[in-house]
Amino acid sequence: MSLIRIRNLTRHYVMGVETVHALRGVSLDISKGEYIAIMGPSGSGKSTLMNLLGCLDTPNSGSYELNGTNVADMDDNALAEVRNREIGFVFQSFNLLARSDSLHNVELPLIYAGVPYEDRRERARQALANVGLAERMHHKPNELSGGQRQRVAVARALVNDPSIVLADEPTGNLDSRTGEEILSLFEQLSRRGNTIIVVTHEEDVAQHARRIIRIRDGLIAADEVNPNPRAARLVGAAERVPAPA
Amino acid sequence: MRSQIQLMAEVREAFGMALNAIGTHKLRSSLTLLGILIGVFSIIVVATAIEALQGNIEKEMSQLGSHTFQVQRFPAIQVEDDMESVEKYLRRKRFYLSTARQLEERSTLAKHVGVTAEVDQGEVFSLYAKTAPTVSYRGMSPSAFETRNLVVAEGRALSETDMESARYVTVLGADLAKKLFPFGSPLGKWVQFRGVKYTVVGVLEAKGSIFGQSQDNFMSVPITTVLNRYGRETSLSIQVQSPSQEAFDDVVEQTRGVLRTLRKTPPGEEDDFEIVSNDSLINQFRSITLAVRAGAGIISSIALVAAGIGIMNIMLVSVTERTREIGIRRAIGAKKRNIMTQFIMEAVVLSEIGGILGVLLGIGAGNLAAAMLLTPPVFPWDWALIGLGVCSVVGVVFGTYPAWKAANLDPIESLRYE
Ligand SMILES: Nc1ncnc2c1ncn2[C@@H]1O[C@H](COP(=O)(O)OP(=O)(O)OP(=O)(O)O)[C@@H](O)[C@H]1O
Ligand SMILES: [Mg+2]
Repeated sequence: MSLIRIRNLTRHYVMGVETVHALRGVSLDISKGEYIAIMGPSGSGKSTLMNLLGCLDTPNSGSYELNGTNVADMDDNALAEVRNREIGFVFQSFNLLARSDSLHNVELPLIYAGVPYEDRRERARQALANVGLAERMHHKPNELSGGQRQRVAVARALVNDPSIVLADEPTGNLDSRTGEEILSLFEQLSRRGNTIIVVTHEEDVAQHARRIIRIRDGLIAADEVNPNPRAARLVGAAERVPAPA
Repeated sequence: MRSQIQLMAEVREAFGMALNAIGTHKLRSSLTLLGILIGVFSIIVVATAIEALQGNIEKEMSQLGSHTFQVQRFPAIQVEDDMESVEKYLRRKRFYLSTARQLEERSTLAKHVGVTAEVDQGEVFSLYAKTAPTVSYRGMSPSAFETRNLVVAEGRALSETDMESARYVTVLGADLAKKLFPFGSPLGKWVQFRGVKYTVVGVLEAKGSIFGQSQDNFMSVPITTVLNRYGRETSLSIQVQSPSQEAFDDVVEQTRGVLRTLRKTPPGEEDDFEIVSNDSLINQFRSITLAVRAGAGIISSIALVAAGIGIMNIMLVSVTERTREIGIRRAIGAKKRNIMTQFIMEAVVLSEIGGILGVLLGIGAGNLAAAMLLTPPVFPWDWALIGLGVCSVVGVVFGTYPAWKAANLDPIESLRYE
């Protein structure tokens, strides 16, 4: 059974008299443990698809089954719980709380998951250390560089050990070395059986995935297996991923 | 257990973010909580002042002995001050010593009937004091020591013999004894008031002061002596002591009946005298202060409603400003309930800060007012707690709509909000 099963998903935005068709009918099956890269030109509908997969947005038509459950049938609380426990979302625009420091930002999903204070602080610290930000725990987003913010966003997405990681351009602002560190984190998670979906513009990054989906104009243009996925160069960073509790 | 930890974490997060949000907009927040502050202040200041006064009234009551009431021409607390009612009281017949004697004979239920007369004030001299303090000069019957709750510390009280032969003897209040006889015992020595010498036979225990006035600055002499000097027409007040609390009402009724007969009050007409007891005093005080309290209550309710609307307004602004934050929280797993909690908490914290400041300032100002009347400071816990409770209610009531609005924002729309 597929973890994710979408059929003829469409999403359009009505802008006055004009209608923008962001997704025109996308069907996909994704199994547990897959490592997928989504590529496509700007405006092709990648972020729109990710928002739907992340249970943040609702499609105009089509169906989405997550773990065998029809997402359209889930109530608001159930969706919040899925977003909190099952999905780790790295937003293209980071979406950090401006008035909170890195540690609090990363801790936030654990608060809503009801993790006790000490435990949650420890896990948040560890997640920040894993993205190389141990020194920036008490900096607010406006005191961080673009790449550092992106890494805080990654730490927040991974802190709850989600079974599905949805990362929208997680390395867009990073130099290749730091980018590799993030990718090796994903690789490590993937090896543990977590499902990873990464949106990227960089062919280099996409080559780490075992399956590459290309989107054009709101439709799937290609969906192919990557015959020999590249391993992340920096294994050192991956070793810092804690064993699952 | 788990859900309890979860609730704690959520409330703590909400509280932290509330303080954070309020701290970010200090001016805006202080203006908003000013309304709450004024509302709470106005009721607390009144409650504090009244409570301080009430403490005094209660102390004043200890002037009467236990289960004792006083019969007098004028009411204890006069509410009307128009000429007509004043004249009504002035027209009333006085109480004479004979009235008291007859009352004593006829009231079978009473334990003691005491008579007192506050007739004069003036300077009193002794050989041992350089200055002559001004004192009040009281006539008393022996049983008035019981009914006025006076305890002899040294020597003796006035006796029946003193009374029968209208002797020139006196029992001094504690303060006065100290002033007139700074060294050694006053017993057997004399004091002089209005040119007449009185032999000191006793000294009373101290009673302290009310409204900053000493209660011990008086000399008491036999009532008969007073009548001899100031005339038979001198108006007296009579105190009646009941043997027990249970018998109290019966004693009051009997006394009333006897007095009406003695004073020939026509049946069906209202009493032409006042019966004042501790209970009647406190009830009268309460009914007067009730109006004041109600007034303060109305003012503070209006202020609180206005403040509540202010809170709602600022919360709506805050929700709009923080749309993106709400979207982020929803995206990473906050439920509607969490968002609700957060914003209601913010409204409550805002309102409580105003409330706490209002309570503190109100108690401060109320005590300041009371201090001018020289009463000891009080802390009206009940009012303070009610005040803070009301603040929470205001926060919840006026925070709910903005919080509901925040919770029902669409997550993805809010994430896009610039
Ligand atoms: N809220 C919106 N309202 C109107 N149009 C939208 C909205 N969100 C996306 N679109 C449109 O939908 C289309 C797809 O947008 P989407 O963000 O999914 O693109 P993308 O593939 O992620 O692009 P990029 O690589 O630049 O991030 C675009 O043409 C965009 O203008
Ligand atoms: Mg995008």
